[in-house]
Amino acid sequence: MAGFDKVVSSYEEAMAGLEDGMTVISGGFGLCGIAENLISEIKRKGTKELTFVSNNCGVDDFGLGVLLPNRQIKKIVASYVGENAEFERQMMSGELEVELTPQGTLAEKMRAGGAGIPAFFTATGYGTPVAEGKEEREINGRMYILEPAITGDFAIVKAWKADRYGNLVFRKTARNFNPLAATAGKITVVEVEEIVEPGELDPDHIHTPGIYVNRVILGTFEKRIEQRTVRPAQS
Amino acid sequence: MALSREQLAQRVAQELQDGYYVNLGIGIPTLVANYIPEGIEVMLQSENGLLGMGQFPTEDEIDADLINAGKQTVTMAKGASIFDSAESFAMIRGGHVDLTVLGAFEVDSNGNIASYMIPGKLIKGMGGAMDLVAGAENIIVTMTHASKHGVSKLLSNCTLPLTGKGCIKKVLTDLAFIEIKDGKFHLLERAPGVSIDEIIKLTQGELVIPEHVPEMKF
Repeated sequence: MAGFDKVVSSYEEAMAGLEDGMTVISGGFGLCGIAENLISEIKRKGTKELTFVSNNCGVDDFGLGVLLPNRQIKKIVASYVGENAEFERQMMSGELEVELTPQGTLAEKMRAGGAGIPAFFTATGYGTPVAEGKEEREINGRMYILEPAITGDFAIVKAWKADRYGNLVFRKTARNFNPLAATAGKITVVEVEEIVEPGELDPDHIHTPGIYVNRVILGTFEKRIEQRTVRPAQS
Repeated sequence: MALSREQLAQRVAQELQDGYYVNLGIGIPTLVANYIPEGIEVMLQSENGLLGMGQFPTEDEIDADLINAGKQTVTMAKGASIFDSAESFAMIRGGHVDLTVLGAFEVDSNGNIASYMIPGKLIKGMGGAMDLVAGAENIIVTMTHASKHGVSKLLSNCTLPLTGKGCIKKVLTDLAFIEIKDGKFHLLERAPGVSIDEIIKLTQGELVIPEHVPEMKF
């Protein structure tokens, strides 16, 4: 790597520096737009006691779910954690700490973390278990709770295209939490389907500027579909 | 007769107005998309980052990068836009969505809603439901009026952990369309053939019954 060139050539290099006990912010919604191969690399490395911040925790054999059997995840901050038997077992037995966080609050926590905003007030969760232990304040006649921002030691992101400088373009709903995760990692690692030369992406069409990105790696993806729903083709 | 799932969706669809941006929750609310009245244009918001959700894809159109909040493969309608999750919830929390339809386990006469957790039994998470109920002005909750065992879900106080406090004003059940105001349930309409007595029997919270309660029309 030289100058602004963020491209790395091995997954080992991509996840270098990840250590036991670190916090990792992950993009993706369900299995859509997840950094499949970066997750596999974390599994291979065997890093433990990790805290993940991710909307979901994958399924039993795909996504973050693959890190569960070896007990690599200590805690997860997520909005929805169904569809995963091993997850449920570890959560019920207390082996895995789960902090359920409303989806919009989770996205905003990442955004705020990446933007240097330490906390924000929101009406979401007021009067619910989410508000327990949090500061409450009345603003213009409505009650709000104070939600702290989140930053991570690492962020793992899946984008469609990157240039060598780490400018990113996402594709369809695989965007989801990825641009937010990208801003909130001390080291942001992005896995992409295509790498182009700087200048090839239209600056007006870049979703995430390269300033947020530390490493880019070219991957191949399974892109597993969680709920395959179709309508019959018109005859 | 109690309304079927399809009839619940049909009745909700009557509340749609031309030009509405609508967020439909998982389950019965999703079915509302099948009953959008003719001559009315609505745009469906899916909280994973899609405004202008289209129908399910044909086998040839399936795209793993294009799903809805229920993680189902979908297509994009004409004029759709794509955005990240913070932008999606800015729309929701900023009150830009005209109508939100979602399910619940319990609703009470103070407008509280419980829909995401049954302690010790079902702990999957709230997803976007807490943001939706806190952010939307116009919410319709769809659910069955009572459990299979005849236990009311329209209560004076919710018994399950809350999804939101004081945010629900309209509930459509398989028996009745109800408005919540001044700490009471107000009966607006009843399902065809369902008696007021039956609704009273299955409503635990205080229920105000006006002189005339019309039957729903389909």
